[in-house]
Amino acid sequence: MIPKIVLTSDHVDFLKKVSELSGQIVTKCDQCGTCSASCPMVDGMDITPSQMMRLVQLGRREVLESKAMWVCASCFACTVRCPRGSDLSKVAEALRQILLRQAIDHIDIKSIPEDEIERLPQIALVSGCRKFTG
Amino acid sequence: MSPEQEKGKTDPVDDNQAKGTMIPYFPGCTLKTKAKIFETSALRVARCLGIDLIELPRWNCCGTVTSLTSDDLIHHVAPIRDLVRVEDMNTMGEIYQEYRLVALCSMCFHVLKRAHLRVMQNPGELEKINNLMYLENDYQGKVSVLHFLELLRDIGFPKIQKTVERPLAGLKVSPYYGCLLLRPKEAAIDDPEDPVILSHLLEALGAEVINNPFKTRCCGSYQTVCDKAAVAELTFDILSRARTEGADCVTTSCPLCMFNLADRQKEVMEKHPEFAPMPVLYFTQLMALAFGLDESVCGFDQNVVDPRPLLREKGLST
Amino acid sequence: MKRTGVYVCHCGGNISEVVDVKRVAESVGGQPDVVLAKTHEHMCSETGQNLVIHDIKEHRLDRVVIAACSPQFQGPTFKATLEKAGLSPYVLEMANIREQCAWPHFGFPEEATKKAMSLVGMAVAKVRLDEFLKKMTFPIGRRVLVIGGGIAGIQASLDLGDAGFNVYLVEKDPSIGGKMMQLSRTFPTEDCAACILSPKMADVAANRNIHMLTYSEIENIEGYLGHYEVTVKKKPTYVDPDKCTCCGDCVGVCPAVVPNELEEGLLSRKAIYLPSPIAVPHAYVLDAEACLGLLPIACGKCKEVCDPGAVDFSMRPELVRFTVDTIIVATGYDIFDAGQKKVYGFGKYENVVTALDMERMVVHSAEGNPMRPMGKRIAFIQCVGSRDEQVGNEACSRICCMYATKLSQLLKRSDPSRDIYVFYTDLRAYGKGFEEYYKRAQGDGVKFIRGRPAELVEDPKTKKITLRAEDTLSRNIIESEFDLVVLSVGLRPNEGTDIIAKLLRLGKSPDGFLQEAHPKFRPVDTLTDGVFLAGTVQGPKDIPDTVAQASAASSRAIRLMNRGEYDVDPVTAFVHVESCDGCGLCVDRCPSQAISLVANVAVINEALCKGCGSCIAHCPKDALDLHCYTNDQMLAQVQAALTDKKDTDVRTLIFADDMTGYRLADNVGTAKMSYSFDSRIIRVPSCSRVTPKLMLQAFVFGADGIILCESEKNSNPYPHSVPTIMSHVSKAKDILGQVDIEQDRIHFVQFVTVMLAGFVNNINRLSEIARSLGPIPAGPLRRLSQDMDKKLFGGDHDS
Repeated sequence: MIPKIVLTSDHVDFLKKVSELSGQIVTKCDQCGTCSASCPMVDGMDITPSQMMRLVQLGRREVLESKAMWVCASCFACTVRCPRGSDLSKVAEALRQILLRQAIDHIDIKSIPEDEIERLPQIALVSGCRKFTG
Repeated sequence: MSPEQEKGKTDPVDDNQAKGTMIPYFPGCTLKTKAKIFETSALRVARCLGIDLIELPRWNCCGTVTSLTSDDLIHHVAPIRDLVRVEDMNTMGEIYQEYRLVALCSMCFHVLKRAHLRVMQNPGELEKINNLMYLENDYQGKVSVLHFLELLRDIGFPKIQKTVERPLAGLKVSPYYGCLLLRPKEAAIDDPEDPVILSHLLEALGAEVINNPFKTRCCGSYQTVCDKAAVAELTFDILSRARTEGADCVTTSCPLCMFNLADRQKEVMEKHPEFAPMPVLYFTQLMALAFGLDESVCGFDQNVVDPRPLLREKGLST
Repeated sequence: MKRTGVYVCHCGGNISEVVDVKRVAESVGGQPDVVLAKTHEHMCSETGQNLVIHDIKEHRLDRVVIAACSPQFQGPTFKATLEKAGLSPYVLEMANIREQCAWPHFGFPEEATKKAMSLVGMAVAKVRLDEFLKKMTFPIGRRVLVIGGGIAGIQASLDLGDAGFNVYLVEKDPSIGGKMMQLSRTFPTEDCAACILSPKMADVAANRNIHMLTYSEIENIEGYLGHYEVTVKKKPTYVDPDKCTCCGDCVGVCPAVVPNELEEGLLSRKAIYLPSPIAVPHAYVLDAEACLGLLPIACGKCKEVCDPGAVDFSMRPELVRFTVDTIIVATGYDIFDAGQKKVYGFGKYENVVTALDMERMVVHSAEGNPMRPMGKRIAFIQCVGSRDEQVGNEACSRICCMYATKLSQLLKRSDPSRDIYVFYTDLRAYGKGFEEYYKRAQGDGVKFIRGRPAELVEDPKTKKITLRAEDTLSRNIIESEFDLVVLSVGLRPNEGTDIIAKLLRLGKSPDGFLQEAHPKFRPVDTLTDGVFLAGTVQGPKDIPDTVAQASAASSRAIRLMNRGEYDVDPVTAFVHVESCDGCGLCVDRCPSQAISLVANVAVINEALCKGCGSCIAHCPKDALDLHCYTNDQMLAQVQAALTDKKDTDVRTLIFADDMTGYRLADNVGTAKMSYSFDSRIIRVPSCSRVTPKLMLQAFVFGADGIILCESEKNSNPYPHSVPTIMSHVSKAKDILGQVDIEQDRIHFVQFVTVMLAGFVNNINRLSEIARSLGPIPAGPLRRLSQDMDKKLFGGDHDS
């Protein structure tokens, strides 16, 4: 089903919040798609990075329900290539933080099997916890 | 003891016998445990080049990732505290006018450098952090964070070449940079799209450098915690391409890249049974081999994919 | 008794919505010599102007103040108004209460109104001392220098030559024709570029009024409008063009092989070569750098086989000197160096080429001599080097969407089995026939994909290129292999342009191209009198726009030269003869050598005087002065600027030069950027007019800070002003230091007209400094005003 949206000024609040938290002028993204084409993790995403920006631009909170920002590996490929000079990694982080700061963790450490925890180096566990838990 | 005599020693580095230029060094958590060989080989090859990497006293975990939101200061406290330690070393006379801090792990390097840049660009934030750490000295902003590769570049690859005892002739190595050494531009040690620093190092060691167009593609980083399959696919792409280009092995500079590229080959082979294991080594291990250092320093027994058969084949075993 | 008329303009709301214009008019009405003070909706309109003319006659006004927009905007209009009423145009002063008051202070009506009253007061004080001057008229000839022989230079030369003007056309390549000569066909009509260009080039050669200097570069240009002294270095071609029959025998025997520039290096040529099939001059050329050696002669085979005896190794470089009246700069562009965009692998991957490479490939294919296999799957990547902060160029290059649409269609139609894709971000088809042409491409089966490719990877065996992009319209990631990838490279300023810009002191726009005098109303003028721009040197554009601009530039040049004379405002130095003691200190100080001593009195040569005002500071007797900006007028303005200052106020004076400082202040206001109300801007031709004495007197009268805003050195019409100003400022600061006044109260900043934020920051910073330093105490001020002349000139005759 094709969703219909009504553009009201309510949507501006979400855009404003993400813009402030990321420190980026999200509205200057012109949807060129360079970020999506640079992203090594895009195959596992449900929406592309540029689509994520688009939803934020339109103030659509449902972007928080997507998987994309959780699949992000913070590799900064998008950051280094964006022709408009935007730092997409900060927008993805802002979306993650909006949820994490509401105490909604993305992973449950306890559910990772013990042998896997044994195997993983600290660097992986610490960074995983930093990115996926609040 | 001269660098030549050093090479014969098999015991670990003895800090009490520091001889060369002393530079503070930040190990990070993983280098003390799962990636110990990275540290061991690095410290010894540094010695051979006349550098004594002095472990930072009372260092704490840097946090592994930079916090990217505009309002978060608390996650910058840990790395800044480590930078304060460098300044402390100077004020307390443990070293003389040395504000460089060398890191081996790409992630630690990235976090420390960006923390420094953040507070330099936002003096108000530095003040808040300093006020929070009221039991520590204030961070003055003097520290220059370097990755070990930058230090090697400053020393000069010709000098490194002179120190080589056994050139790695015939060994086809594909350099793998990962992300955090090269991106974003403020933290980059080389051109993000066309880095050459590892190639220059490997050439100085006498190896044949194999270019891999995926040398700067992310290994998947922390996704390895909850999405092994995605990491396995990335590893498959990166290593297969290296193989197609003709590489025998891959070299890296980050314990997380190492885990994803080496340990996760198990998951790669589960999905792609035809995939043949590819040895992955820290660049410092290759330096140790080329400098003629002992097997315990090179640490090849600790690599997940044993490189020794390959080295024997090339006539390069220790 | 002076009779001044003051008019305060509403400017259709632009001013009156912020400033209470009635109050402003009333504030000045009480002054003794102000006969009337009125307001009007639109002073520049016919009714407004007629009102002034009527009042001048009815009320016997002998000077006028118009408080409205910037004098740089409507100054000429109102000057003409006064002339119509029979009054000298130089008894007009404008108070800039729009760009420099209502607009920047738009949220603050009370402060804006107070400032407007102050600005009008300053104008009234200045106009009181205006002289009944006449325009200066100088003769001007009919000689034009056109720099650059591409289509812009060719068109301008033809227009001027046909109109009977003498043209020197200087081109650095051995043939005129420029980049257009390299193109296959032109959009949207698909005319053959060489076919339509060739007759124009032949016309240039045939036109008796055009003197072509090819294989030549500008060594130096000195002078000013009507007197540009040009030195050109003409390289020897070692072939006499009158004898060469273009038989080509020399090429066969020449052993030296180098890349062919016309073919973008994809083919080679010999050291002796014909630059192009349609080259003008049509003769062979020996490239000395490619040749095995001429001194001594290493080979000489070309001369041996040359039957007509055209090869002449005795030719040498020549320096050609001539004088012209006006100059047209048409130095063109370079394509973006695609190697800088490393992700696309240009220079590393053999199957990645630029659009200009492709133009040559298409030309050769059409002739039946394909240069290289093109394969069946071809991708075009748009915006390479444009709209990309990562390579330092935010701007759009304007023509790439259309040339890609063209090339893709040409390729598709010549082989319909080809699969052609154009990867774009926006498709800009804005011109006449463009949209229709794009539609035709879509209809032909060229596939347009909206997504900017992130990287290209080469297959090590097949050398085919894998491209990765997002189709943003369907939200899919595309990863596909192509036989050939064409980079649609953007247009960038070239090295020649940089050199000419420095020589002629021309400013640059933020995108790096040369800056026009006004983006809307003076698109081909520069801020240097007599110098015009034509073609891509001013910014990316296609051939029709280039030709139109070239004709526009010619017409602007003709406008200046056609009457045989041109008018200049009489802003020249003059001598108060009664005060001059013939010391002669000023003579060596004039950068234009316009001062001489005659019968022990200084005399100014008005034809040479540029009106910079540098000489004034050097006269210990205050004998030197400047028309339209006299010493008394400068002081009167300063006093008027400070007269309404309360003790708790801070007041700073901003001296702004005509070329940049004042213009920049206008630009800031037009952009509605606000700054401190404490400042008052005083217009000067150059800040070298601001003597140390004036600065010190300003402090005595109550100024808290002074800033001099001047054109930066390279684009300053007065080349010596910057060092002069530095020495004035240094002297003034010295004396301030002597009397314990903080030296930080004087600032000197160099600007270019695009530094809006810089201007605002500097003004605000000065106000902050003045506020934090507090008012200057009475003691130091007293010491400052005592023996000021002695402090300035005493004991140092070389000052």
